[in-house]
Amino acid sequence: MRTWVRADARLDEAMHRSAGLLTQRLVALFAAALLLFNFPLLALWDREALVLGLPLFPAALFGLWALLIAALAWLMERHGD
Amino acid sequence: MLTPATVLAASFAYLLLLFVVAAWADRRAQAGRSVIGNAWVYALSMAVYCTAWTYFGSVGRAASGGVWFLPIYLGPMLAMLLAWMVLRKMIRIARTYRITSIADFVASRYGKSPLLAGLVTLITVVGIVPYIALQLKAIASGYAVLTTPVGQPLPAGGATWTDGTLAVALSLAGFTMVFGTRHLDGTERHEGMVAAIAFESVVKLLAFLAVGAFVTWGLFGGPGDLFARALAVPELADLLRLSQQGKPFAYEQWFALTVLSMLSVIFLPRQFQVMVVENVDERHLRRAAWAFPAYLLAINLFVLPIALGGLLYFPRGSVNADTFVLSLPLAAGQPALALVAFIGGLSAATGMVIVEAIAVSTMVCNDLVMPLLLRLRHMNRQRDLTRLLLAIRRAAIVAILLLGYLYYHLAGEAYALVSIGLISFAAVAQFAPALLGGMYWKGGTREGALAGLLAGFALWTYTLMLPSIAKSGWWHTDFIEQGPFGLALLRPEQLLGLAGLDNLTHSLFWSLLANVGLYVGVSLLRRPSAAETSQALLFVDVFDRTATARPVFWRGRARVDDLLALAARFLGKARAQRLFEEHARERGAASAAHIEPDARLVHFVETQLAGAIGSASARVMVASVVEEEALALDDVLRILDEASQLRRYSQALEQATADLRAANERLESLDRLKDDFMSSVTHELRTPLTSIRALAELMVDDPDMPAEQRQQFLGIVVAETERLSRLVNQVLDMAKIESGHAEWHNTDVDLVALLRQAAQTVHELLRERGAELVLDLPAQAPLLRADPDRLTQVVLNLLSNAAKFVPPGRGRIELRLRAAPGALTVEVQDNGPGVPAAQRALIFEKFRQGGDAANRPQGTGLGLPISRQIVEHFGGRMELRPDTGQGACFAFTLPCPSTTDPAPSGAAAGQPGDNR
Repeated sequence: MRTWVRADARLDEAMHRSAGLLTQRLVALFAAALLLFNFPLLALWDREALVLGLPLFPAALFGLWALLIAALAWLMERHGD
Repeated sequence: MLTPATVLAASFAYLLLLFVVAAWADRRAQAGRSVIGNAWVYALSMAVYCTAWTYFGSVGRAASGGVWFLPIYLGPMLAMLLAWMVLRKMIRIARTYRITSIADFVASRYGKSPLLAGLVTLITVVGIVPYIALQLKAIASGYAVLTTPVGQPLPAGGATWTDGTLAVALSLAGFTMVFGTRHLDGTERHEGMVAAIAFESVVKLLAFLAVGAFVTWGLFGGPGDLFARALAVPELADLLRLSQQGKPFAYEQWFALTVLSMLSVIFLPRQFQVMVVENVDERHLRRAAWAFPAYLLAINLFVLPIALGGLLYFPRGSVNADTFVLSLPLAAGQPALALVAFIGGLSAATGMVIVEAIAVSTMVCNDLVMPLLLRLRHMNRQRDLTRLLLAIRRAAIVAILLLGYLYYHLAGEAYALVSIGLISFAAVAQFAPALLGGMYWKGGTREGALAGLLAGFALWTYTLMLPSIAKSGWWHTDFIEQGPFGLALLRPEQLLGLAGLDNLTHSLFWSLLANVGLYVGVSLLRRPSAAETSQALLFVDVFDRTATARPVFWRGRARVDDLLALAARFLGKARAQRLFEEHARERGAASAAHIEPDARLVHFVETQLAGAIGSASARVMVASVVEEEALALDDVLRILDEASQLRRYSQALEQATADLRAANERLESLDRLKDDFMSSVTHELRTPLTSIRALAELMVDDPDMPAEQRQQFLGIVVAETERLSRLVNQVLDMAKIESGHAEWHNTDVDLVALLRQAAQTVHELLRERGAELVLDLPAQAPLLRADPDRLTQVVLNLLSNAAKFVPPGRGRIELRLRAAPGALTVEVQDNGPGVPAAQRALIFEKFRQGGDAANRPQGTGLGLPISRQIVEHFGGRMELRPDTGQGACFAFTLPCPSTTDPAPSGAAAGQPGDNR
């Protein structure tokens, strides 16, 4: 139990040190996502066009979404231990 | 169509399968091989977010509004971007203080207030029951679609399968009771349930993807064809754009939906249950944070294709779009696929109902029923309450599901799926200010939280819930259109005349505005009390305090026996005893009876009880068996000060101890080195002295010694004294260099010339030993700033060392110089036996000569250490190159100014220096 507590404290400390950058990156990504999915950036995709046979607007929404997931996965798994 | 018997059999077979999965996972957990202890299962269990509403309702929404089904899933994406900060903090808080429900979380934060816990529970029940009804309704209407012949109108209402729906509700209650309340667990973890939920998530995803793939590639020629045909129809092409029917895009509603679902994905009771309470390891969040949104993306991929496919396939308006997932395969003559789709919808509905029922029943038991029961006199005499606790939870589960069934039965077909779901979302969003504010702001008070929650709930009821009930036909809609008593300003969907917003955004705006405003405003009316401050400190700074340095805000007197008896009442005797023994071990006490009944023990018992009956009730119960002093705010701050001071002291102490230990170790090793050095020096001095003395004694004792022999002895004596003085010189030399008192006469040194000179010097020595020296030097090398005599000393030392070890008569030594930008490297390679692996590390230490003791060559054992000191003095380094099996290779590298181009090293290589 004791050693567990110690390890926990050390883990916290280590996380605290590396957390600064990760936190800032995640918050930045959040801000970017909020902007991308709302007015007026959302309107940029509203065009009569096709990408690979798919209508641009829904395709762009899903594409942005997938990009965000990829960025999040990259951040989370990279900082991991 | 399918026969009712087929659908029924498939449904109950599926429910049976769930039981099997859950039982298997429970068994594995008992055997210590948990199946839920990994991030993937955790992420899949989060997907309980996708209910029947997602499964059927998204398609319906897409069929009428295009991309408007998406904000409900983009919100969770946004929330997951912050999960590592927010959710992890919630998990840590809940784990540390044994919080098992969202009501307990809020109540515990604001001084363990039973009133607050009760209010949160009430809001949850009111908000969630319609949501559960929605799931039952989805199952019932799915059943109706499957069993009605294609082309015939669906029977009105859910009446066709009322009994079936009741049976489903009851079997879900059974499942929840078996896997949710089998035994009391202080952490409220349910392995079997989580495994079943993860399994359901897989089922619903696969089923939905199967239908999507069938519609896209089975009914149409792939996505290209499907979209091309949809774009050809003006109304359908409209669905694929931002704004429909020429109306401007409702950005505020889009934003409101995104924010709403962002809050709901954390504050819905079932999400809190799987994400916070059932979390096994907070590091799982790393993967789940992106895997869960990825799941959402996957399950939404085919929503648009199915919606458009249904609109293209069926004549306009003939089939309800909410049922496309089922009716499309059915109409296309694929009843098996339709059944699979129905099972997928069933899994989405049951997963939600099960987890929601567990979460809400915990709240109802701990935060509504227990506080009332504990007020009753005779309850305090009852010994063991564990069975009662379980019974209350089971009853609560049945009651919740029956309420849901009742609501479904009464509200029936009144409202579309999406509306009910969103109403529930808006209800739980009211927890956000008190909960998030409480996690990051220490100034919030109980009254502030109460006022905010009450106002938010009241406005939610008035602006959203009542109108939806009225629209269901249970009430006059007059008060919506004209306002109560004809007061137009109070019209629930245009409060104070705020028009232009849809009713959800409107309600969300007013309720959250009042909620946040009153939470902050009322909180600021007074300073937080002692109890609020202590909890605020524990919550907000949860990451700053580790278990050893967490302050305990309690003062008073207690007895171990009383606390043990109390714990036994709620946790069971055996478990209470075990917990106390564990705690005793942790604190180094001999047994439970020997624990000092101090604040830490009281805190420990209270935390354990909180896991079973909620923090508010735990507080009341603990207070009833101990004598405690009320803490003032000053006391709380003082305890905090003491704790943080203690922490600082202990940190400083730890640091000092570590420093001291390191210094001590260094001293010890220095001391040992000095001893070694002294003994080596005396040993080395004694050997020549002994031989000189022996020879001198011989000559003294024998005055008639032949002159020839005397001459020989005297020769040896001279040689030995020379060796002695060399040794003394080297020791002095070493000491000077080490202490920094050596004199250095630095000039510009041409290393090539220096090496040639050194080779000349050892010429005679090598010739005697029958060794050949090969020089491999560039024509010129950059000049070095160094003491040439010292460098010569180093090279001579290496060469003479090499000469000692080469085989007699066929020795070969190579002296190489390599120039790289900024550095010159000298290598001395011999063809001797090399340095044994065991001695490689020791060879640069004083008096450690190469070779074993028996055939140790002549030497002082100081040559290499001195050489290394010299090289290091010039900023270089000396090393023994890795063994290649061809003898030893010593090398030293010196830095040189890299302004002059280094000569190509191979240019003048291979010049034979000394051929014998």
